[in-house]
Amino acid sequence: MDIHEYQAKEILAGFGVPVPRGGLAYSPEQAAYRAREIGGTKWVVKAQIHSGARGKAGGIKICSSDREIWDAANSLLGKRLVTHQTGARGKGVYRLYVEQATDIATEIYLGFVLDRKSERIMIVASAAGGMEVEEIAENAPDTIIRLSIDPASGMRDFHAREIAFGLGLEPSQVGQATRILLGCYRAFRDMDATMVEINPLVVTGDGDLVALDAKMSFDENALFRRPQISELRDKSQEDPRETYAADRGLSYVGLDGNIGCIVNGAGLAMATMDMILQEGGEPANFLDIGGGASPERVVKAFKSVLADDAVQAVLVNVFAGINRCDWVAEGVVAAVKELEIGVPLVVRLAGTNVEEGKKILENSGLNIQTADTLADAATKVVAAWRAVPAIAA
Amino acid sequence: MAILLDENTRVLIQGFTGRIGSFHAQEAIDYGTKIVGGVTPGRGGTNHLERPVFNTVKGAVEETGAEASLVFVPPPFAADAIMEAADAGIRLCVCVTDGIPAQDMMRVKRFMRRYRNESRMRLVGPNCAGVISPGKAMMGIMPGHIYLQGRVGIVGRSGTLGYEAASQMKEHGIGVSTSVGIGGDPINGSSFVDTLRDFEADPETDAVMMIGEIGGPQEAEAAAFARDHMTKPVIAYVAGLSAPKGRRMGHAGAIISAFGESAQEKVEILKNAGVTVAPTPSEMGATVATVLGGLNQAA
Repeated sequence: MDIHEYQAKEILAGFGVPVPRGGLAYSPEQAAYRAREIGGTKWVVKAQIHSGARGKAGGIKICSSDREIWDAANSLLGKRLVTHQTGARGKGVYRLYVEQATDIATEIYLGFVLDRKSERIMIVASAAGGMEVEEIAENAPDTIIRLSIDPASGMRDFHAREIAFGLGLEPSQVGQATRILLGCYRAFRDMDATMVEINPLVVTGDGDLVALDAKMSFDENALFRRPQISELRDKSQEDPRETYAADRGLSYVGLDGNIGCIVNGAGLAMATMDMILQEGGEPANFLDIGGGASPERVVKAFKSVLADDAVQAVLVNVFAGINRCDWVAEGVVAAVKELEIGVPLVVRLAGTNVEEGKKILENSGLNIQTADTLADAATKVVAAWRAVPAIAA
Repeated sequence: MAILLDENTRVLIQGFTGRIGSFHAQEAIDYGTKIVGGVTPGRGGTNHLERPVFNTVKGAVEETGAEASLVFVPPPFAADAIMEAADAGIRLCVCVTDGIPAQDMMRVKRFMRRYRNESRMRLVGPNCAGVISPGKAMMGIMPGHIYLQGRVGIVGRSGTLGYEAASQMKEHGIGVSTSVGIGGDPINGSSFVDTLRDFEADPETDAVMMIGEIGGPQEAEAAAFARDHMTKPVIAYVAGLSAPKGRRMGHAGAIISAFGESAQEKVEILKNAGVTVAPTPSEMGATVATVLGGLNQAA
């Protein structure tokens, strides 16, 4: 789960990481007021969206008067910002963060990730901050310092010093850097984060270290014990199709194609999408109904998939282990009747109670195509989709 | 003899008396697995499914001589259950639980390292379908009837995609020595390499079907292992050719976040290492059949 920059800064500040003075604003008037509160003569108005690279997308504006702040805020609020991380639809700007401008001498990259290879929290740092970590890896790979932390001992001062000196900081700055590094590590560990990124961490003209930007992501599996993090969820930053499904306990990812998929198991769901692609179609979504799916759950899955107007055909592919094909079939029949599904529907069932499931579909008298194998199912659904009149037009 | 598990393995169920634990324990018993008892803290001294219930894994091991444990404990308590199994001297632990926090798994893996390599517990999962040695025993949630007994090993992250592979192989008359679901979490117990090493050493396995997916370094590591250390052929499929970068596809670990983690890149890496890659998920069975056909001709 992602959170906004201002939220990440608030959390990190609580762990002793210095951040510039700033305030949240929902309107141009409030933005101007925040600048007055902060004081000074130069401010930055920052669009709060769940994405990096906001600067390039025009989401960060430097201002030096009330008027400029008002104008910047007015131009950003309600807009959708498109970055290379948001997809073509972009993300809506509904909150702004107004911050005191910082006098930048140098920029450092600092990231904490859960490294799957070492199975530890890994620190990635570089003196070539300001650009994205992928660009650093490409343009200045020699500047990258990596250090993974043994969870049994946790991060020690010497780890932090090693990184601080490695970044070429002055001896007088190493104490500050150590506090920042240890603070980030503790925030990562204690809040069940999966990522903490400060880019850039700047050295100011006065030689102080300040986190100019901050990003945090959290482990969804750990939210049960982090209620204060769960509250930071911002549904305006999510794909509404995904929000709808997630609120009903379904794992759904919206894509750009036209063939809706309802599958059990994440691997089989991805494989089903691959088959559709192979046959010349494009999947509209990833959807895993999970194990032990009741007929009601199958109906909810149909609602999620059909909420996407782009869907012109639907494929159900269930290989039942702990699922039951008869329950899935009952759900399919109920969904077709209840939702008056107008698009072609192909159903492939296999595994537990497959014969009972097939019988339910046959006896329903509904217009449902059945398939025996994965290949058969993909061929049939793509053919049915091609036959939809709108495609020909 | 298959790998990890056979009809003589003495198995405990942790989370024995819960709804899910009870259901799958009964399925495993019906399949012929030697379930010797279970653990539910607070229910020790009672009987469940005609088998004794214990308060602690240590107590259960002392009384029953259990060497393996199947974990159905809910996510907040599952890491603790795995560590308890390791501490009690369990040799094989299969954890089905989905939704364990990643940092809990990080601590579990660190905890297990306190034991010497030769006495260290083998963990399979979490978030997996489990292990089955067809015709012998199963520790997991798979439908036993779809597997034909035979000489090809299966290892995969996804449960249902593993079923798909087994049933396609059955269509071609190909049976399975052992099928291992290593699970969809970013930090898991057994890796692809751990399982390939077992299959390579198993005299009753002739080839391995490996089912990967987007995210993480394990398929690339498996490719290097297959090239450098395996004499038996490996057939692979990698799910997620149509998955966009940076989006989590159901499994906590199924997300492309670094170079080499997309399905296309993994397929390239595997092919370059000499692994035969099934072009589509519907051709996993046929690809295994072709590779086995080649083996028989060579023999």
